[in-house]
Amino acid sequence: MSLAIRLSGVVKRFGALTAVDGLDLDVPVGTCVGLLGPNGAGKSTTMKLLTAQAIADEGELEVLGFSLPRESKHARAAMGVVPQLDNLDATLTVEQNLRVFAHLYRLRGAERHAAVDRALRVANLTERRATKVTELSGGMRRRLLIARALVHQPRLVLLDEPTVGLDPQVRQELWALIDRLRSEGVSILMSTHYIEEAERLADTVVIMAEGRAVARGRPTELVVEHAGREAVEVYGPPAELAAVEDRARRNGLRTRRTGTSVSVLGADDGASVPDGVRRPANLEDVFVLLTGEEVA
Amino acid sequence: MSAETASPPRLRRFERSALSGVLVREIINFSAFWRSSTFSSTVEPTIYLLAFGFGFGSLVSKVQGLDYVQFVGTGTVATAVLFSSVFPGMFSTFVKYTYQHTYDAILAAPVDTEELVTAEALWIAARAGVFGCAPLLVAMAFGLPPQWSMLVVPFICALAGFGWGAFGILIAAIMKSIDNFSYVTSIVITPLFLVAGTYFPISGLPRWAQVAAEFNPLHHTVELVRHASFGWHGTTDLLHLGALVLFGLLAWRLAVWRMERRLII
Repeated sequence: MSLAIRLSGVVKRFGALTAVDGLDLDVPVGTCVGLLGPNGAGKSTTMKLLTAQAIADEGELEVLGFSLPRESKHARAAMGVVPQLDNLDATLTVEQNLRVFAHLYRLRGAERHAAVDRALRVANLTERRATKVTELSGGMRRRLLIARALVHQPRLVLLDEPTVGLDPQVRQELWALIDRLRSEGVSILMSTHYIEEAERLADTVVIMAEGRAVARGRPTELVVEHAGREAVEVYGPPAELAAVEDRARRNGLRTRRTGTSVSVLGADDGASVPDGVRRPANLEDVFVLLTGEEVA
Repeated sequence: MSAETASPPRLRRFERSALSGVLVREIINFSAFWRSSTFSSTVEPTIYLLAFGFGFGSLVSKVQGLDYVQFVGTGTVATAVLFSSVFPGMFSTFVKYTYQHTYDAILAAPVDTEELVTAEALWIAARAGVFGCAPLLVAMAFGLPPQWSMLVVPFICALAGFGWGAFGILIAAIMKSIDNFSYVTSIVITPLFLVAGTYFPISGLPRWAQVAAEFNPLHHTVELVRHASFGWHGTTDLLHLGALVLFGLLAWRLAVWRMERRLII
């Protein structure tokens, strides 16, 4: 299987802080890999390493067959990047923003015009081509960031928290757009801290914590491996919940607090579990178990 | 499992197409705010020219054998170059990488920091080449006789503007806060601006100040513009030109070096 991205033993330190700590990561061509982790897990630093805007202290990085940072310019020419922060040229129009990046990606003449038109269509912004960025909604600005990353038809797209801060409806629109990319065979590496986003879009999820990949696999496989098939949610006063947690641990089961309830995981056939509401275990359970972070 | 086979390399380390890509961005952006930018870059030096020219001009009739308005008119060209290059270099660069994150977007494309800084300095130089001529045109309206040799003035302005633009980018790369720019303006820019021979000849200054002026790129700009207007001075002008080239090269390389440290973590 050929790889769009290969990271091996990558370490990135900032003084005493190790932001990425021996990360191994493969993104097979034509797949979407989701980097799931809490804030500070090293996801954005990993993204910067892949564009050579951060230089690794140790390890090997290859993007589309190019060794980084030495050949990063070649890799950047063949990939698109959707940043976490909006860095559009706010005084320019939608079309002007795309035209600038068509130039930066070395598209020429008629090819450039066609590329801008295509990117506008993909992001459903054709009607807004003459609108200034300052007049766009948050969702449209995000779509424009994606269009900008696609203007040169890259083989690989890096999406750094693509839907952070957006309302659910706009998020759904962007998911449809990303899903279409994936179905067209574009390789995607997406960092997110939204469980549902990873579950919906990623073929493979890599859960990161403290700069390391603590688990990886298909979302359904990860759930079964780490949280079992079912969970039982028990509601009650704090003292009762503490007692439920204590009993579950003594029975070798894992638990997580979910607001006013306790979820007892691994409540599969034969397990000794308290009475409560049964539900399928999910990726959120795995995330909380492995990272120790509650989902916001 | 193996990494996907790479296409044959076709991008070089320093590419004209990368420079033109960044320049296109600047030109498109400039189309959105050219009026305000042109106004501030040309009107301010022109006010200096009129104020000094007619203010001091009423007290001092001739300096170094020239009408004072003509002396100041040619000198103010360097001021216009300074204002239109060092301040955009400092403020615009700082805003672009700190607040707008523009450089993060550009560096994610196949553009390296060296190309980015070079293109930014070239764009500033091009603008300085145009804006620097404004005081000369005003001085002509007040009696400065036009000369064919004045046609090189835009090129002198562009050369000096490249150096000052790169110097501004260097300062932006070093400073951690935009508030710190006032230190540079007070300690570096203002003294250089005053001891350049723009409003009064440096021959009247103490010996140490005359020696210091030889290290002031603005002084070399003033001298070259005056000599382009009133007659070349042969080897001396080649030395002035060499000083500006040296300043430009030094500021450019330092700006690239510091900006790489700032942008690549």
